[in-house]
Amino acid sequence: MALIQLKGVAHAYMAKPGAPEDYALKRLDMVWQDGRAYALLGPSGCGKTTTLNIISGLIRPSEGRVLIDDRDVTALAPRDRNIAQVFQVPVIYDTMTVFDNLAFPLRNRNVDRKEIRIRVHEVAELLEMTADLKRRASGLTADAKQKISLGRGLVRKDVAAILFDEPLTVIDPHLKWLLRRKLKQIHEQFRTTLIYVTHDQNEALTFAEQVVIMNEGEVLQTGSPQELFENPKHTFVGYFIGSPGMNLIPCQINGDAAIVEGAPIALGEGVAERGRAAGGELVLGIRPEFLRLRPTAEQGNVPVSVRLAENLGNFKIVTVSLGRLALKVKVPEDQEVPGEWAYLNFPPEWTKVYADGRLVE
Amino acid sequence: MNKWQDNRAWFLVMPVFLIVAFSAIIPLMMVVDASVHDISGPGNRVFVGAEWFKEVLGDRRLHDALRRQLTFSGLVLLIEIPLGVAIALAMPRRGWGVSVTLLVLALPLLIPWNVIGTIWNLFTRPDIGLLGVLLNGLGIQFDPTAAPLDAWITVMLMDVWHWTPLVALLAYAGLRAIPDAYYLAARIDGASAWAVFRYIQLPKMRGVLMIAVLLRFMDSFVIYAEPFVLTGGGPGDSTTFLSTYLVKLAGGQSDLGPAAALALIYFLIALAVCFAFYRALQNVGSGDQR
Ligand SMILES: Nc1ncnc2c1ncn2[C@@H]1O[C@H](COP(=O)(O)OP(=O)(O)OP(=O)(O)O)[C@@H](O)[C@H]1O
Ligand SMILES: [Mg+2]
Repeated sequence: MALIQLKGVAHAYMAKPGAPEDYALKRLDMVWQDGRAYALLGPSGCGKTTTLNIISGLIRPSEGRVLIDDRDVTALAPRDRNIAQVFQVPVIYDTMTVFDNLAFPLRNRNVDRKEIRIRVHEVAELLEMTADLKRRASGLTADAKQKISLGRGLVRKDVAAILFDEPLTVIDPHLKWLLRRKLKQIHEQFRTTLIYVTHDQNEALTFAEQVVIMNEGEVLQTGSPQELFENPKHTFVGYFIGSPGMNLIPCQINGDAAIVEGAPIALGEGVAERGRAAGGELVLGIRPEFLRLRPTAEQGNVPVSVRLAENLGNFKIVTVSLGRLALKVKVPEDQEVPGEWAYLNFPPEWTKVYADGRLVE
Repeated sequence: MNKWQDNRAWFLVMPVFLIVAFSAIIPLMMVVDASVHDISGPGNRVFVGAEWFKEVLGDRRLHDALRRQLTFSGLVLLIEIPLGVAIALAMPRRGWGVSVTLLVLALPLLIPWNVIGTIWNLFTRPDIGLLGVLLNGLGIQFDPTAAPLDAWITVMLMDVWHWTPLVALLAYAGLRAIPDAYYLAARIDGASAWAVFRYIQLPKMRGVLMIAVLLRFMDSFVIYAEPFVLTGGGPGDSTTFLSTYLVKLAGGQSDLGPAAALALIYFLIALAVCFAFYRALQNVGSGDQR
């Protein structure tokens, strides 16, 4: 049980980094609260594994400090930190039995035999693998092997956090949710901090209490799935979370409104002013779920032409054109979609403005 | 209709059949033929049954050669396998060093076998060889042409130099097949370097190491050219191995019968050992790789 802090951590794989692009992980300040389940979500190559490996000590960061419970562990080897890690490929020691596999981290730490027996049996019980304890681990299926990898983390009593690096990639789809449920159950039972790397947003959103969005070596936002959905702090978050992602359209500010393709769109209290002050490239963002499609003109609505309506079962995705721009609108299944012309309503509370990618708050 | 098509298949098999017949079966049958006859000249042959086999099996010089052969093959395995593994472990895992090491390792393997013998002969000669002169200059008596121990050391050195790279390359291939995650997980699990070797590297290398053992055993068991060029089987008979002895025996015209009998026995021993290794390899395959 522990609080993990990253203070000014940055990492470059090359010896003498210069430009910001040299850094696989740009300056990161972050606190991982004790006992929570985090998902680390981002596209390939954004630095998720790097972040994880810095926490576990597999990588020593080029800059900054790692603290576990206020103890500086930056210079400590993985075996001297109480962090466990599970990898994408299930790792098992082929020549050992399941029991020996689970006992391995304890034996390496000179735990006494009786204690090992007790711990291993507890963990096997938890993972429903007691019957397999005497079997050779090499003959097991991929999901059983991944359970053993997890078990080697759980077996250590002092473990402060378990890190998962896309642990379900090689597991059959129908076994995936079983394992994920097991993980959730273990988390609820023991309240160990979990950090779970994935680039599958469904996995992240269903699994985690807190989702951390990364892109190009930076953490862009940390929040609950709902926060990420309702209030993306960055255009990347808006676009990356949700399907389809947030509509992002270039705009200018004039008076109290944003101007898109010549049409004024009302903004929330003070947003226009702060947007003007922020300067830079301005983008208006709104989720397809929050746009309203109307058949007739009303005050403040914007006329658009309807291009395409896709029925996806419970809802429809309608693509409309606003001048040269295309927007997506999510409408209920039973709503009639106008044939050619329609009017879009932008509720001001859901209409966000981003300056150089960052939310104007 | 069907009958005709079936027959045509024979034509397709025929080339392979002929090749095998001429390359293996017919020569072998000729050896079998020679081993049961006394052939003292063209058209002058008498059937002698198992006579030659009895003679050969009772031959003390053959026993000595066989003992030497097994000692040699045993030493080869004892030295080259661990050394090859050690080299593979020390090789760089990525970067430009990889191709350089691979190239250096491959060099001895590319040299023709008789040239290897010549190289080491020249290298160790006490009068003009670099090593020979150097050792004698340091006051260490070293003469492979006169002292049996020195001859053995030279033959061993030569074989280790020649063939350890093969073991190293095979072991390296085995090591490279280990995903990085294994090493990372081992660090998280707090494994020592020895534990990493014992529980990750060695098990993953087991398949290729069995192949290395098989290859090195068979090759060393039938070694001929290198020691023959290097020492000519001497001094005395001290480096006369089975095939050296076989050639010595067959060299004398009248000894064709015993030579043929010896060749057959030799062949059967090699075959038996091969079979044993083959079975062992199969077990490795079924028991280990997932
Ligand atoms: N050992 C390494 N040496 C050099 N560069 C590396 C190394 N490992 C990662 N990188 C680079 O650092 C960046 C971040 O990599 P990282 O593995 O952290 O990404 P990731 O988010 O885990 O991606 P993925 O989803 O593909 O696993 C990438 O651009 C990658 O090419
Ligand atoms: Mg990764």
